[in-house]
Amino acid sequence: MNLQRTGVAGIVVLVAVILQVAVFNLFSVNGVVPNLALVVVVAASIARGAQFGAVVGFVAGLLLDLAPPADHVAGRWALALVLIAILAGRVRADARRSPIAGLATVAVCSFIATSVFALSGVVLGDHGLAAGEMMQVIGIALLWDIAVAPLLLPGLVAFFERTRPAELAL
Amino acid sequence: MATKRPRPRMGNVKSPSLGRPVTDDDDRTRFGRERGGSSRTVVGLLVAASLTLITVDAASGEDSPIDPARAVVGNIVGPIESTTATAVRPFHETLAYFSSNDDLRADVARLSAQNSRLRADVEQVPLDRNRLAELDGLTTTAGQTDYALVAARVVAMGPMQSFSRTVTIDAGTSSGIHQNMTVLNNDGLVGRVISATRTTANVVLVLDTDSVVGGRLGSNMEIGFLRGRGVTSDRGRLDLDLVDHSVAPAKGDVVVTWGSQHSKPYVAGIPIGKVESVYSTPRELAKHAVIDPFVDFTSLDVVGVVVPRRTQGDRLVINGLANKSGGRR
Repeated sequence: MNLQRTGVAGIVVLVAVILQVAVFNLFSVNGVVPNLALVVVVAASIARGAQFGAVVGFVAGLLLDLAPPADHVAGRWALALVLIAILAGRVRADARRSPIAGLATVAVCSFIATSVFALSGVVLGDHGLAAGEMMQVIGIALLWDIAVAPLLLPGLVAFFERTRPAELAL
Repeated sequence: MATKRPRPRMGNVKSPSLGRPVTDDDDRTRFGRERGGSSRTVVGLLVAASLTLITVDAASGEDSPIDPARAVVGNIVGPIESTTATAVRPFHETLAYFSSNDDLRADVARLSAQNSRLRADVEQVPLDRNRLAELDGLTTTAGQTDYALVAARVVAMGPMQSFSRTVTIDAGTSSGIHQNMTVLNNDGLVGRVISATRTTANVVLVLDTDSVVGGRLGSNMEIGFLRGRGVTSDRGRLDLDLVDHSVAPAKGDVVVTWGSQHSKPYVAGIPIGKVESVYSTPRELAKHAVIDPFVDFTSLDVVGVVVPRRTQGDRLVINGLANKSGGRR
């Protein structure tokens, strides 16, 4: 049963990553697409805490780092998404109380995740971009994530809560 | 199932009115528990794992131990991406249909402007004839070089959040596509293949900041290097640095690939773009040029991969010989 739940969570992550690279490029703004994997990680963290969120974040990040169009140093998205999972886990009690707080969590996480990714690129000299252009990308990504979060976050949080292991519910 | 689970909990609490606060309390204890002990270890381990991965991959350069993992993920996820892209393609085309009306209006405006400009250009025909002869020679060379094309479609595009400009195409080693092959389309140079799985291949676009292409100016055959800017505006730009610092590129000059050894990664004579503007900084003598690429990277679809002529694969190989059917490029 637990294995099945893990599998379903894995499929959600896979679907998010594939939609991000193969479908949302039709709607991309200057090449920036909504970071669905990030929304999934935030939802997992809010629903079941930092530990579960970090595992989902690591898997989703690894998939973003390794799945086809990716060319950057592996582990960069994994690090960024694990960090925001910890952050979202810290504020989960508040984020669950009001939708606005959930939205704010996504916004902050989006800003931090894209920034951490950009900074790791600067440190490694991997696909560097001028600071101004980086800020532009981070800004557009933030707006995209705020735009898709209200549509996805409540459903995803409910989904991850439903798949919470039985022993915790007792 | 969802309705069953709360019942025993209510029974344990023995007071239905406490039902709602209990879940909150439950959260708080869980939240508290997560701040200590085992969960902190797990989270710390994951951060350490990410950092290790980055270190290993960044330090090992070309021959990374991560590459097998990349290949495995590519072999699994690549076909799924291809299928997804195929599934949403009709939707994409419907969108294109609705947006085409505005585009056509814009086209009319643009074409009438172009028409008047061309009329002025006709006056300069004798001057341009010389340049044309040279360019024509270049394109003939491209047609005569020993290469053939495999056609493929773009199925996935890396998000700009990753700050790299890469796409996935739906043909791989089974069609004879390997690392370091030139990718082009009807308009000009697209990029090169950086990795290939059995059914898909990753292409780094010339716009990428890590991409460097040897380029040659069409008018005076001067050579230089083109670097991608990775810019995010609607049309990407390339920077051209000429090897000979005394030469100033002329606006409107066409830049073609200069070609690498054994045609890898770039074959010679593929048009890249034209000089949009020329600038120089007070610190250096050299003039830099900004190149406007011929390819519209925001709407990449069908591309061709340059393969050796004798390639056998599961896809049609368009030979350079078939010039009469327009298959030269």
